[in-house]
Amino acid sequence: MLDKKGAEPLLKVRNLEAWYGESHALHGVSLDIHEGEVVTLLGRNGAGKTSTLRAIMGLVGRRSGSITYEGREMVGLRSDLIARSGIAYCPEERGIFASLDVTENLLLPPAVRPGGLSVDEIHTLFPNLKERARSPGTKLSGGEQQMLAIGRILRTGARLLLLDEPSEGLAPVIVQQIGKTIRELKARGFTVLLVEQNFRFAQTVADRHYVMEHGRVVETVANADLNSSLDRLHEYLGV
Amino acid sequence: MDDFFGIPAPLLFGQLLLGLINGAFYALLSLGLAVIFGMLNVINFTHGAQFMLGAFVAWLLLNFLGLGYWWALLLAPLIVGAFGVVLEKTMIARLYKLDHLYGLLLTFGVGLIIEGLVRNEFGSSGLPYRIPPELSGAWDLGFMFMPVYRGWVVLVALVACIATWLVIEKTKIGSYLRAATENPALVQAFGVNVPRMMTLTYGAGVALAAFAGVLAAPIYSVNPQMGSNLIIIVFAVVVIGGMGSILGSVITGFGLGIVEGLTKVFYPEASATVIFVVMAIVLLTRPAGLFGRA
Repeated sequence: MLDKKGAEPLLKVRNLEAWYGESHALHGVSLDIHEGEVVTLLGRNGAGKTSTLRAIMGLVGRRSGSITYEGREMVGLRSDLIARSGIAYCPEERGIFASLDVTENLLLPPAVRPGGLSVDEIHTLFPNLKERARSPGTKLSGGEQQMLAIGRILRTGARLLLLDEPSEGLAPVIVQQIGKTIRELKARGFTVLLVEQNFRFAQTVADRHYVMEHGRVVETVANADLNSSLDRLHEYLGV
Repeated sequence: MDDFFGIPAPLLFGQLLLGLINGAFYALLSLGLAVIFGMLNVINFTHGAQFMLGAFVAWLLLNFLGLGYWWALLLAPLIVGAFGVVLEKTMIARLYKLDHLYGLLLTFGVGLIIEGLVRNEFGSSGLPYRIPPELSGAWDLGFMFMPVYRGWVVLVALVACIATWLVIEKTKIGSYLRAATENPALVQAFGVNVPRMMTLTYGAGVALAAFAGVLAAPIYSVNPQMGSNLIIIVFAVVVIGGMGSILGSVITGFGLGIVEGLTKVFYPEASATVIFVVMAIVLLTRPAGLFGRA
């Protein structure tokens, strides 16, 4: 029911383990993401959600297991080569560069494939970025920084977006705008893997949810079943 | 235009010019150090030896291949820069994960080895390198004689500093460089080959030192110590300007050259120490340097 049977997943993760120095962050994560899906990773702080995104992107110290994207094994690749194969990452801390203005931040990630959004299209999605084009990146409000962090990875032609808590710390009206953007990206055919603590927000954008605990995926829930699974999820999420 | 505060004008302007010339070298060298430190987090103690190598390569090109000053200005930075690329790839790159101190010790050691090898081969008395005929002679400015070559050095150093600043602040490559200085892991996760960028940045910083070395060859005699004599002052300049600040190192370089020149006129006894006095004052009042971010 949950998987589109027959089609090979766009991203297939099997038994992914990851370490930061001596600390063992992921203990065998497996998940599938199909083309065009929006999937969230839910779970408490420290469950391994951010580590999963960072491990897919090659930003952890050491990892093992298997990560295939479009059928290619990526687990041994350097992060720049992973990006070049069409995966883009928006970190939790947003990673806006203080010494670059808004336009320079927007144009920083190199195009990895044809077919990315044009700067005009990004300005249509996020009009604030156009008005503040010459401001230093870190002079923007939190919401504008989040728009910039998402906007700049839409240009590159990457088809799989890894978004780490885009709603965190933002006013409700901005969270709604981010939600609308994610639905629009899905309509444009982007595939999104989203880390969220706020599952009310996750519910408004996602097709499917993976629930993580102690560095593993413990449960898969279709968005339609989310409300009926609430009691069970409360245990995992502590909400 | 006879005298200022009882100082004869030719003396004053002569020392000011000398200060500007020294300042030009301080600026060029501290600029390369700042670029390297910003990107690699390595304090490049080999910088003085690489400056000296630039001058020696110019001398070798002239005496063994018959290639004169203009060719040296082009080729010596490329040759010494390529040596820097090899040094970065084979040795310095292995130390990025360790404390800064290891990079400092390695580059310090490599600098001593290079200087020793050159001294062994060429002796320490110094080799002559003539001013190219196009740049010899002097202009009569009315209040003083200005040697053409010295004017040329100040001009070229200024142009090189401004060009470096423009590349870093106004180009795409510069925006990668600035971003990678802040957060190299994220820039790499966007698909930029950051390790290669670090190698090339080191090569460019070293090439800049060698370029300064070629400019210096006709002014100072070409000798193995020419770099280590200068580099102590350049490190003081970098500390005063603020580690890693591009514009800061350029302004501080020229500024301190002039301060040094004026001290020679007004209080010659202090001229050898004035820069270190300024350094001590700056460290006590603004530890991050005049242009550094704390």
